Amino acid sequence: MSTLLEVQNLSAAIEEGELLHHISLKINPGETHVLMGPNGAGKSTFGYTLMGSPNYKVTGGRILFEGEDITHLPADRRASRGMFLSFQNPLEVPGLSLEEFLRNAIRQQTGKPLKIFQFKKQLESTMQLLQMDESYADRDLNVGFSGGEKKKAEILQLLMLNPKLAILDETDSGLDVDAVRTVSRGVEEYQKQRNGALLVITHSTRILESLKVDYTHILVKGRLIVTGGPELVEEINEHGFEKYIEAGQQ
Amino acid sequence: MAKQKIQDVDRSLYDFRDDESRGFYRMEEGLTEEIVLQISREKKDPDWMRDFRLKCLDLYNRMEVPDWGPSIDGLDMDRITNYVRSRSEMKGDWNEVPDEIKNTFEKLGIPQAERESLAGVGAQYDSELVYHNLQKEVADQGVIYIGFEEAVTGRYSDMVKEYFMKLVPPTDHKFAALHGAVWSGGSFVYVPKGVHVAIPLQSYFRLNARGAGQFEHTLIIVDEGADVHFIEGCSAPKYNVANLHAGCVELYVKRNARLRYSTIENWSKNMYNLNTKRALVEEGGTMEWVSGSFGSHVSYLYPTTILKGDHSHCEFTGITFAGKGQNLDTGAKMIHIGRDTSSYINTKSISKDGGISTYRSSVEIRSTARRAKASVDCASLMLDDISRSDTIPAMDVRTPDADVGHEAKIGRISDEAVFYLMSRGITEADARAMIVSGFADPVSKELPLEYAAEMNNLIKLEMEGM
Repeated sequence: MSTLLEVQNLSAAIEEGELLHHISLKINPGETHVLMGPNGAGKSTFGYTLMGSPNYKVTGGRILFEGEDITHLPADRRASRGMFLSFQNPLEVPGLSLEEFLRNAIRQQTGKPLKIFQFKKQLESTMQLLQMDESYADRDLNVGFSGGEKKKAEILQLLMLNPKLAILDETDSGLDVDAVRTVSRGVEEYQKQRNGALLVITHSTRILESLKVDYTHILVKGRLIVTGGPELVEEINEHGFEKYIEAGQQ
Repeated sequence: MAKQKIQDVDRSLYDFRDDESRGFYRMEEGLTEEIVLQISREKKDPDWMRDFRLKCLDLYNRMEVPDWGPSIDGLDMDRITNYVRSRSEMKGDWNEVPDEIKNTFEKLGIPQAERESLAGVGAQYDSELVYHNLQKEVADQGVIYIGFEEAVTGRYSDMVKEYFMKLVPPTDHKFAALHGAVWSGGSFVYVPKGVHVAIPLQSYFRLNARGAGQFEHTLIIVDEGADVHFIEGCSAPKYNVANLHAGCVELYVKRNARLRYSTIENWSKNMYNLNTKRALVEEGGTMEWVSGSFGSHVSYLYPTTILKGDHSHCEFTGITFAGKGQNLDTGAKMIHIGRDTSSYINTKSISKDGGISTYRSSVEIRSTARRAKASVDCASLMLDDISRSDTIPAMDVRTPDADVGHEAKIGRISDEAVFYLMSRGITEADARAMIVSGFADPVSKELPLEYAAEMNNLIKLEMEGM
């Protein structure tokens, strides 16, 4: 029972039609998987569906997490089993501070009272690692954060919640070089220190430079066209998706 | 875990009632001259007050029920016993308060607040003040904080006569006239010149007996250069018979004085809350309102501020939460008369389960109010698609140099935001409650800590749909 996430023949739809078709993949603890594909391929849809977004309806197949069928569990119960999704566009919640939000999330996930001192210390050091000003802890969640600060806040949540599997949806998009480096440092920390598994959704490769990639998947028009090793990332870098788009049309 | 936290807040806390048959008595239902005279005798009114009551009764009988707001057809004045009171006399010492009443207050957290060194507690049980205690240090500063009957009959009678229902005349509307005829209980506060009261004065009162109305009168005079914070909190138990609340609050803020008046109202869901609140601010004075409206079946509530003196200022911060079966029509009114006056209205309203929440405001800038500034900011949040939220802001500007701004936002709770919080392990119910509490945060920030906590609890209870 060593498989962490097993997606079996998964299809998902919105009212207007099916977006994901018969996707299967397996992720073991500590592995780093990359999901690439052209715009509109359904990469984010896949991430959201794995996390249980009510916007997408599973029309076929199953999602197993540590051998347990979670296909129809609400997002919070997936999270408390150890799943995490870093949003491409994190939402703003006025009146709820980042720190208060984190405390609530940890308390609910663990079902135990929070050890405040330990929490504070960890929050402080993690924010330092991510080069976030400590004032962000008291600020309303994502409200008025720059694009870079929002992404850092996502990685902060990742490190504080310490899941078994993190799905990163376009975490490097819209970031300058320095911010990508800082965010990557946070992801590396998660990967190395905590042996966390990753599913990195991206259409660029900048965030991958500092990560050790185990598998690469290419998604085109809602179908997993090919799965390969880290060398596939290099290939996409050089030749783009064209070859696979054609394959997807056949 | 936080789910459990929500369940810990038990709605029954606010729905308890004591056995009415013990130590209570009712008058015959319906409002007649006989009843008004009986109340007057009970209160040992001076002649002027008795005559005033009768004049008000006459006005009441001749005036029409307002026809512009939420329907109050469910209200049958003939069936409402206007006056029910405990037989207990007023107490200055907590130990002398009867256990039954004490239990009620303990559930509401009054003694707790007392321990936490809040100033005088004037807690109204039904229509009578049963417990009244002004902390020594406040009394030593010359601050008067007494029950309204005591104010009317005692040594401050002349002062009361000078101010009573001058700001809210009985001709104002039918329920103001009713109030004048049958008022009972309430508080009188006088803060002498230059006195800064460091700790808030608070009164906590509630309705208890079935079908009983409550008509408490609050009169606060903050003399020149003085400063005080008054907190009024109310909650009421649940009954099937329509209940009516028609209280009256009159606030006088003298030159360079400051008054902050905070309220959390949490009425039972059958209450008709037709409350009238008004403040008159003299030169350089500051009036601050913080108002939370929860519960009730129908509410009409628009605290009004008359900025009479030059450079006077008013801020109004309010929140309204309308759930199932509720129609809450709330807002604020500002009347600018003096030069360089300024006002700021900031309100939040929430509607859920078919509740109707209407924001209604009026900003009037008279021709004398040169260089007046007024700003209105109102936001509404609807939690589902069967609820309703309306915004009716009126502005009447009679000067060429007024600086007036208005911003209104109406929105629905974002499913994306709910999913975002859920993806961090927070349950759907808690995610919604957190978003709504966050929306209300600008208001809770204005409240003292324990009241802010109570308001957050109320929001959680309302979110559970109880």
